[in-house]
Amino acid sequence: MITTKPVNQKAWWLVLPVVICVAFSAVLPLMTVVNYSLQDIFSPERRVFVGTEWFALVMRDEELHAALWRQLTFSLAVLTVEIPLGIMLALAMPAKGWKSSAVLVVVALSLLIPWNVVGTIWQIFGRTDIGLLGAMLQEMGYDYSYTGNGTHAWLTVLTMDVWHWTPLVALLCFAGLRSIPDAYYQAARIDGASKFAVFRYIQLPKMRGVLMIAVLLRFMDSFMIYTEPFVLTGGGPGNATTFLSQYLTQKAVGQFDLGPAAAFSLIYFLIILLLCFILYNWMQRVGTDSKEGSDHE
Amino acid sequence: MARIDLDIAHSYRANPQQDEDYALLPLKMSFADGGAYALLGPSGCGKTTMLNIMSGLLAPSSGTVKFDDIDVTQLSPQQRNIAQVFQFPVIYDTMTVADNLAFPLRNRKMPEDQIKKRVGEVAEMLELSGQLDQRAANLAADAKQKISLGRGLVRPDVSAVLFDEPLTVIDPHLKWQLRRKLKQIHHELKLTLIYVTHDQVEALTFADQVMVMTRGRSVQVGSADALFERPQHTFVGHFIGSPGMNFLPAQVDDQTLVVAGHKFGLPPGSALPEGELKLGIRPEYVTLTAADDRTALPVNITQALDIGTHVLLTGQCGDLAIKARLSPDQHAPACGDTVWFGVLGSHTCFYKNEELLP
Amino acid sequence: MNENRFQKRTLFLILYIVFALLPIYWMVNMSFKTNEEILSSFSFFPQHFTWDNYKTIFTDPAWYDGYINSLIIVAINMAISITVALPAAYAFSRYSFIGDKHLFFWLLTNRMTPPAVFLLPFFQLYSTLGLMDTHLAVALAHLVFNVPLAVWILEGFMSGIPREIDETAYIDGYSFPRFFLTIFLPLIKAGVGVTAFFCFMFSWVELLLARTLTSVDAKPIVATMTRTVSASGMDWATLAAAGVLTIVPGAIVIWFVRHYIAKGFAMGRV
Repeated sequence: MITTKPVNQKAWWLVLPVVICVAFSAVLPLMTVVNYSLQDIFSPERRVFVGTEWFALVMRDEELHAALWRQLTFSLAVLTVEIPLGIMLALAMPAKGWKSSAVLVVVALSLLIPWNVVGTIWQIFGRTDIGLLGAMLQEMGYDYSYTGNGTHAWLTVLTMDVWHWTPLVALLCFAGLRSIPDAYYQAARIDGASKFAVFRYIQLPKMRGVLMIAVLLRFMDSFMIYTEPFVLTGGGPGNATTFLSQYLTQKAVGQFDLGPAAAFSLIYFLIILLLCFILYNWMQRVGTDSKEGSDHE
Repeated sequence: MARIDLDIAHSYRANPQQDEDYALLPLKMSFADGGAYALLGPSGCGKTTMLNIMSGLLAPSSGTVKFDDIDVTQLSPQQRNIAQVFQFPVIYDTMTVADNLAFPLRNRKMPEDQIKKRVGEVAEMLELSGQLDQRAANLAADAKQKISLGRGLVRPDVSAVLFDEPLTVIDPHLKWQLRRKLKQIHHELKLTLIYVTHDQVEALTFADQVMVMTRGRSVQVGSADALFERPQHTFVGHFIGSPGMNFLPAQVDDQTLVVAGHKFGLPPGSALPEGELKLGIRPEYVTLTAADDRTALPVNITQALDIGTHVLLTGQCGDLAIKARLSPDQHAPACGDTVWFGVLGSHTCFYKNEELLP
Repeated sequence: MNENRFQKRTLFLILYIVFALLPIYWMVNMSFKTNEEILSSFSFFPQHFTWDNYKTIFTDPAWYDGYINSLIIVAINMAISITVALPAAYAFSRYSFIGDKHLFFWLLTNRMTPPAVFLLPFFQLYSTLGLMDTHLAVALAHLVFNVPLAVWILEGFMSGIPREIDETAYIDGYSFPRFFLTIFLPLIKAGVGVTAFFCFMFSWVELLLARTLTSVDAKPIVATMTRTVSASGMDWATLAAAGVLTIVPGAIVIWFVRHYIAKGFAMGRV
């Protein structure tokens, strides 16, 4: 059994700075949002308490449902592509020497580009007249256009996200893989384990912790994606790439008042919270005490 | 099961020039089928390298490894059908104890009913039967190491089982118990067992034959008795025994032996060469003698430790320190006393260039 | 078979690296062209090679101040994030206390607040405090997503250090701060390095908050870049050059922490 940690309430003092910091930069704004969401604001002096009216209004919004649906599909696609690809990449990255360093830096490059620049690069990159990707696809006979075709736009945003964020998964997995002592691989060779068995019974379980971070980060961030598709497609064509936060911004800036926008924000926040809570708990259980499901191959 | 013949050398560098470049200097060794062997030496002496070459985790930079006269140098551990247990427990976290034990068998496609039987037997031997359905990840370190041991022992047909300091993480009282268990398993299964350790007690109690290694070299192979009585190399004298052998610089001039300025006649029947050599005597064989004994040196006692089972004396003769172990019923001198230590006798060994003279 | 598999892996790696580098190459390619060339024709290499775009950035204070501001913001953010996260991560990794699990998850939830949601409240909060258009404002705002991550990563590293080390130090008469700074911190310096990299990465590239909370004096480079959209159309070339330059500091940071990443970390019990 892993030894249990001693109970010490004084530990709160150590956590306090973090709580204050986060309370300042997150809770205060959140309270403001809650405040707005319950009022109808005509001007700073004239406001009326409206209760849950805005929430009801937002919940009935058909377009919101569509945006939420698009968002879920997108986040799911992001996870299904980026996580396996990141794992494969981590497995393929050299472990030692200058090659390892070089590959590490090259792989990480895309993470360091500001998000609006990412969008801009892909905007050019995907153009059929002056962009490499667009020109190549057209050369191969596809009638590609991310500005005219909804599916193409959606796929381009997905490809851009894969390009942008798979390295994060790969770096985390790479670090997880490097932490496995050599003895495990040696023991597996002695035990006659196949490559797949090594992956399934050694590498994957040892990467559990980093994978959990990777999945949660990718889920949260893809669920909040804003800048890149905004720059690349502006949400179009039509609504094909209007994800939740973009829809929210459109509404907040364009049509709604502050109240409904705040209510929308809160609902949005609660959706992420709920999904992450489910994901977090599910992942904590996988590979720890749920014997069923993990041992059947 | 197989006889293992080694004729190898290994270097982790590409072009070894001098002895220091080698992790393992050229050596020949034969491990008999069904024997219990120990490789004993300080850390960094090349014993783990040698083990990994035998199991096939490492290819020797030159030479051959033969199992029953078949050259297996280029074969993988799986093809060699060998088992190895490592210093720190290696377990498959997501599996139960039973699945862990069954893993090597499943990889070799053994029928499931035989696996079950075999796992049951091994778990019984290692007293893991009660924990078979638990997840291995949640167990304590020594239970995990027992699982590692179990995976090493579970295959009935292995050529040999190699242990690389397997008891490092185990509590002392359990260590003793597990060592006996291994010995018992050896008698029951007649497996070839090769056991690497830096602990002489472990090596001497476990093995029939102990190979002592230092700096990539095997300096002596022999039974516990031989290592104690006739160390072939000063290193063996130092390393085996507690405390190790006393080594006194000596000189043979004109048929006289000079030790620390004192002259002695040559021991009868020995033909010691002229020149510098070393006299070696175990503290157990140093005796208290009468003054002016023809085999003794005068010493000034600087330390007397009563360790219960014996008294450990340190005597200073000039700038030489000599240790002696006396049984507690003997009258032990006190610090500051001057007494005579008998150092020449049938157990005295002589060394030239660190090697034992016949 | 082994050989074969090795080649498959290498092939996959090379393919991925090509995929990763092509868009970046296209940006570099663009940064050496003029706007006219970018928009007029498709070419793998600049036909009229020019350094002008880089010259613009290095000579116009509106541009290079952006980099300086960004670096200041990121440095402040990294310093605060790590300073507050270290004791908290230690508490989480060593002790149980009332509400520890909930607190941990609550911290994570702050990473989940869509920045778009908080733009206005942030604006109001920092206006009230008179922090608008200061480096500190952006650095503090970025704490929302960096502190939880920093606590999480550091906690993982600290859990890997056996508790006996703490106990031995206390028995040897070390006070907590002295133990933490002289013994514990050196042990987890890899963790601090990795955490710093992640803080850098997320703070360096964030646009929405940074743009909302600054106007002139503290405007970071990401916000500066948005001004390339003007009446005469996009200034693609300068933007590309600026983009290339934004990668440089990050590449330097990752060069420094590469050994820490390559040494590996597993995040044992999350």
